[in-house]
Amino acid sequence: MRGKRRVGERTPDVTIKPPTDSKSMLQWLKANLFNTWYNALLTLLAVVFLYIVFKGILSWAFTEANWNVIPANLQIFLVGAYPREEIWRVWIVIYTLALMLGLSAGIWGGLALRLAIVIGSVGGGLGIILAFFPIALSNRFGLLGGVAFLVVAFFLIRGKIGLRPWVLGGWLLSFPWTMIWLHGFAGLPTVFTSSWGGLLLTLILAAVGIVVSFPLGVLLALGRRSTLPVIKWVSTAYIETVRGVPLVTILFMAQIMVPIFLPDFRIDKILRAMLGITLFSAAYMAENVRGGLQSIPTGQYEAAHAVGLNYPLTMLLVVLPQALRSVIPAIVGQFISLFKDTSLVTVIGLLDLLGIAKTVIANPDWLGLQAEVYLFAAIVYFVFSYSMSYISLRIEDALGV
Amino acid sequence: MENNSTKSVSEKIPFWRDVRGLRVLFQVIFLVGVVLLSGILYTNMLRGLRGLGLTLNLDFLNNEAGFGIAEGIAYEPSDTYLRAFWVGVVNTIRVSVIGIACATILGLVIGIARLSSNWLVRNLAAIYIECFRNIPLLLQILFWYTAVILQLPSVRKSLTFFGHVFINQRGVYLPSPQPTSGVKIWVACLAVGFILALILYLARLRELRQMEQPGFPAKWALPTFLVVALVGWFLTPGRPFTLELPALKGFNFAGGIYLSPEFCALVIGLVMYTGAFIAEVVRSGIQSVAKGQQEAAKAIGLNEFQTLRLIVLPQALRVIAPPLTSQYLNLTKNSSLAVAIGFPDLFNIGNTMMNQTGQSIPIFGMIMISYLIISLATSAYMNWYNRRINRIGR
Amino acid sequence: MRLSRVHSEGSDEIVADLENTPDDSIIICEEVHKWFDDFHVLRGITTTFERGEKVVICGPSGSGKSTFIRTINRLETHQQGRIIVDGIELSDDLRNIERIRQEVGMVFQQFNLFPHLTVLQNVTLSPIWVKKMAKSDAESEALALLERVGIEEHAHKFPAQISGGQQQRVAIARALAMQPKIMLFDEPTSALDPEMINEVLDVMRELAASGMTMLVVTHEMGFAREVADRIIFIDEGAIVEEAAPAIFFDNPQNERTQLFISQTLQH
Ligand SMILES: Nc1ncnc2c1ncn2[C@@H]1O[C@H](COP(=O)(O)OP(=O)(O)OP(=O)(O)O)[C@@H](O)[C@H]1O
Ligand SMILES: [Mg+2]
Repeated sequence: MRGKRRVGERTPDVTIKPPTDSKSMLQWLKANLFNTWYNALLTLLAVVFLYIVFKGILSWAFTEANWNVIPANLQIFLVGAYPREEIWRVWIVIYTLALMLGLSAGIWGGLALRLAIVIGSVGGGLGIILAFFPIALSNRFGLLGGVAFLVVAFFLIRGKIGLRPWVLGGWLLSFPWTMIWLHGFAGLPTVFTSSWGGLLLTLILAAVGIVVSFPLGVLLALGRRSTLPVIKWVSTAYIETVRGVPLVTILFMAQIMVPIFLPDFRIDKILRAMLGITLFSAAYMAENVRGGLQSIPTGQYEAAHAVGLNYPLTMLLVVLPQALRSVIPAIVGQFISLFKDTSLVTVIGLLDLLGIAKTVIANPDWLGLQAEVYLFAAIVYFVFSYSMSYISLRIEDALGV
Repeated sequence: MENNSTKSVSEKIPFWRDVRGLRVLFQVIFLVGVVLLSGILYTNMLRGLRGLGLTLNLDFLNNEAGFGIAEGIAYEPSDTYLRAFWVGVVNTIRVSVIGIACATILGLVIGIARLSSNWLVRNLAAIYIECFRNIPLLLQILFWYTAVILQLPSVRKSLTFFGHVFINQRGVYLPSPQPTSGVKIWVACLAVGFILALILYLARLRELRQMEQPGFPAKWALPTFLVVALVGWFLTPGRPFTLELPALKGFNFAGGIYLSPEFCALVIGLVMYTGAFIAEVVRSGIQSVAKGQQEAAKAIGLNEFQTLRLIVLPQALRVIAPPLTSQYLNLTKNSSLAVAIGFPDLFNIGNTMMNQTGQSIPIFGMIMISYLIISLATSAYMNWYNRRINRIGR
Repeated sequence: MRLSRVHSEGSDEIVADLENTPDDSIIICEEVHKWFDDFHVLRGITTTFERGEKVVICGPSGSGKSTFIRTINRLETHQQGRIIVDGIELSDDLRNIERIRQEVGMVFQQFNLFPHLTVLQNVTLSPIWVKKMAKSDAESEALALLERVGIEEHAHKFPAQISGGQQQRVAIARALAMQPKIMLFDEPTSALDPEMINEVLDVMRELAASGMTMLVVTHEMGFAREVADRIIFIDEGAIVEEAAPAIFFDNPQNERTQLFISQTLQH
């Protein structure tokens, strides 16, 4: 950063070296904190503010706060009531995803690699923290193992471009795979969705919301841009109605109305929540996708028609691949908000991360620890949400959009 | 023009290959699908309702509600359900309007701070934005409610500010202005001041037009009005308003303005959260104003503040308006999180009504329509505003 | 209605001939009208294109040249009159539209290559998905076509990585990959830098020499004079004059044509 040059100072005619950026501490302070009288004042105010806030927070955190509540309840924060002896199935899922991520990073490089680096380092950091918690040894080092898995997969497959279709197929399968392992199959004891909880439930709700709402959203977006008036009206009405109404309303509706409208099916609470989240998310997804569709010039449609492609092929081969690529950042953004919004299922009584936090607070053993518990939950949400927005920025860079 | 040939040809096309026929066919199939689906759901619903012993109508709205509502416009448990719902609507609007006003101010301040030339201020603003954006709003509201407000001292040990503002776990108590008998005199003064100011304003406006100079047309009008208002205030015998001060009576405070803990937690949560998003909107709006504009402003000798007020903000406003609208709508919709802490907004009251009457379908309809109307009204207003700022000084 | 010399004979005979198309005419347009809302763009275009004929269409800006050739492969729909391409009537019949699009290739002013696909994928897209060709066959044919237009070494690049002239040659190869009987060109060189115009015109000359039926909207009068069998002059949505290049340029009959030619040749 350069200081301002005063009017009247002349640049000498002889060529000289540009001033180097390394400035003394004092100059830096003067340029960035005390360059005008009001900046000096602001700096002083900010320092006083920081002092008061930090002093308050630190003295509370190190003297008054009782952090024991966190390690004592760590497991239910992470997986809720998922049975202790079945937790290895959660690890299988995490390892599968780490494997897929490692494979993708090795095979595609670029964007996938950056993603893997961000997720790997966040996972590694959390893994190191987790290793100090007084929990079962397998769980203590599980995350670090997952990161190691990711790295090994990356180096094993690096450059084997021919395997791309297999990895893509793997991603498609990973979703049902996750569900099957968590729920149980064949001889495995069934773990009903009612005992899924904590961070696990939060992540599953967000993932289901995005994955399932994606095809719905694409269809709605195509419908809204259709030249067939009836289809256009119905799609538009759906999108605008859902976007005009709060998510809480939709979650309650799913809870109360689904049993009324579909009395013959026994759909449990979590599935109803997933349904509500998906229907909600689809409307926003549709608007994101529509943004992408609008960015495709008409020449692309015309060229596709001219080489003989019909409507479905035009969309599938020419328009959607371009449109979806340009809306990836928007979809990541939507995933981040959905990740935060899943916390609303607490209101309908599900035990996601926030729901668990509420139950821990209500537990008579840990009375009066609201601040500690909520802060912990806030930090977990923050770490996920912030690292995802960081990834989203990287994606935007990589796509150049 | 003989066009029979085309006609005779198109009649021969089998319908499944006829472009127009197919267009109609697709729409009919789609519509039939939608109708069929709704039909199935509808008959299911009737069956379900019969099982519950309910019929679908709105008569219940005229029945006595029978439940109490902690705050809002005048209401008794003996009032009707319709009245109860209306109390909720007004509460939602109240929270939203106050929330939007505060969040806009907060967002503007933080957004500008984010671009400050002061390193410390800039980074503090960034930390604020990242923290409050990345933590779920519901968690924030619950935190303010259970971990902060409900942990405040009891009524007897209230925190006191300026001698007459009391904050405790039951809420916030502020002095409220009460009109005295002298208020009419002051209102008359205000009217005179307003007329004077209007005349001065118009005169100044004309003068500016004639001189073809830019300027602030209320330069004389505003001070005149303020002076008249102030003089009127002190001339009125006994002052136009007195402050009603909250005072401890028995176990609680009475008098003044009372803000409930639920209201405070909800508004604080909404403002802090939405403020962070608005700050980002403001920042990117300001950054979208071409660098050349700021340089040009500096070149003609405007200082930092003048540049912001005269050059940057008016242009940024146009970029900011649409995303700002969606933040306002988000805040309004998010006010439904009131249900988590028991503030009686429209959704919460609707929910209570559903539990009491079992009439979930019409009540959901009412809730959705209320939100849609609020959303539509907000976006209509913002569209109008947007057109206006786009028209001025393009 | 302003009809040129060719059309003044009256159109009754052509109507009578429509059902048994003579072997040598490949496109028949009869009284084609089109409106954009209230705006009458095409005002009764009647003409016939022979197999292997090269026709250059010219006229002032906004006269409806693009609209006219776009009606021939149904990028625009005509609202009155008939268009028959290689014996297939262009109507609301989906099958006819699909068949005609396969018989007619089109090259656009703005190239309109698919930016997310490589050059090779651009060319093989339609043979694979519409003609259901095996991928390897489609690719070897595409490479042959790319060699013909002189850009085989760029086959694996993306459109954004090659020059405008090269992109337009890819677009020609892409259109040829459907093995069309007719090629439509809508101002194929107008978006190109001057030094790239010739590389595209050379490809078109070679294509003309190979006997392809070509309809070309262009302002390149040198190319028109050299390659065209016939020149059609359109103004305000109607054919004002059509003639062989020699007659058209040296002895135009209509005064609007005269004006147009004098203005164009000045530049
Ligand atoms: N989609 C459309 N909707 C409305 N009017 C249109 C549309 N497309 C073209 N037009 C109008 O129809 C007229 C003919 O357009 P066309 O593109 O065919 O002209 P052109 O002869 O190709 O001109 P140019 O030499 O500039 O390409 C123009 O006046 C144009 O404004
Ligand atoms: Mg044109």
